[in-house]
Amino acid sequence: MSRDTALVSADWAEKNLDAPGVVFVEVDEDTSAYDGGHIAGAVKIDWKTDLQDPVRRDFINKSQFEALLSERGIGNDDVVVLYGGNNNWFAAYAYWYFKLYGHRDVKLLDGGRKKWELDARPLTTEVVARPATQYVAQEPDSSIRAFRDEVVAAIGTQNLVDVRSPDEFAGRLLAPAHLPQEQAQRAGHIPTAVNVPWSKAANEDGTFKSDDELRALYAEAGLEDGKDTIAYCRIGERSSHTWFVLKELLGHSNVKNYDGSWTEYGSLIGVPVVLGDEPGKA
Amino acid sequence: MTAATTPNAATAAGCAAPDQAAPLPASVDLAKETVITGTVRSADGEAVAGAYVRLLDSTGEFTAEVVTSPAGQFRFFAAPGSWTLRALSRHGNGDTPVTAAQGVNEVSVTVGS
Repeated sequence: MSRDTALVSADWAEKNLDAPGVVFVEVDEDTSAYDGGHIAGAVKIDWKTDLQDPVRRDFINKSQFEALLSERGIGNDDVVVLYGGNNNWFAAYAYWYFKLYGHRDVKLLDGGRKKWELDARPLTTEVVARPATQYVAQEPDSSIRAFRDEVVAAIGTQNLVDVRSPDEFAGRLLAPAHLPQEQAQRAGHIPTAVNVPWSKAANEDGTFKSDDELRALYAEAGLEDGKDTIAYCRIGERSSHTWFVLKELLGHSNVKNYDGSWTEYGSLIGVPVVLGDEPGKA
Repeated sequence: MTAATTPNAATAAGCAAPDQAAPLPASVDLAKETVITGTVRSADGEAVAGAYVRLLDSTGEFTAEVVTSPAGQFRFFAAPGSWTLRALSRHGNGDTPVTAAQGVNEVSVTVGS
């Protein structure tokens, strides 16, 4: 993968709104954003109600994913262009999810809703209806998803990238600063994880930095070539953003997203936790 | 939109920006939280809705971002210390430094001046 295949610009998007075989999909947790105005023709996917199992803490399964995409009118051969708020966090999460279930051609809109709005590009409240499809998903690709046992095993051996803010990494905050801080789990980070906040990979307008800037960023942080990498954050959506950068923009081969992330790891009994700004020892 | 109103939303839900105009949820303990809140205004004093407000830490590193309400309001849950609020909008951008203490800290940010 590379920037040319994984990313589209706002200009490209605006010229291809009506292109046959291209489906725009807005992904937010806050669906009121979509309802208040969305890119013309875009359908919505709700990060929580559509993509999470309503009972267990897990993904929807293959047949639920097939039913969701069929109902939204997305076909196997469609080019899916994802965008959303929060600097594309949830759109990147959905991108990872579409890849996990084997969608062939999926792209992110660079800058997401933020750049689109700051550019004063048009949004509409027109209701979008697409004819239903018969979507067929692949078995989930476990090569891009990390579970807790492999994360514990990766301490001191693989690249662990904690993409939360420095204060969350050090244990001074338990959640991003736009959310209340009272949480069940312990504060801190996984030993040997380097802290490269997701925001360092993005410009102020939400677009991704250049490949050269991104390569320098992770090299400087101490990500070792030739080692597999696991990215995590608090619930797995900011780390999808970094997973996208490492795997899809920079073409690293073995990169996994740990969607259990800190809300799982920080609640496990007996696992090692490091406080403070340094990665810590294995 | 439930993230701002249900007591355990911060653990159960994601990181999406809560409704910036909603009253502080009863579950928020102001004896523990450091809230930085206020309004984004244009140079002529009008509230700016839909502005992107970024909370930067004392080193200038990005910490969080929210979108202002129809009345131009924003709110962060931070920690005591020095922060910078940076607002981006179609009317221009603006920065305001803040020294926050525990409890509610009111700040306004002017853009495009």
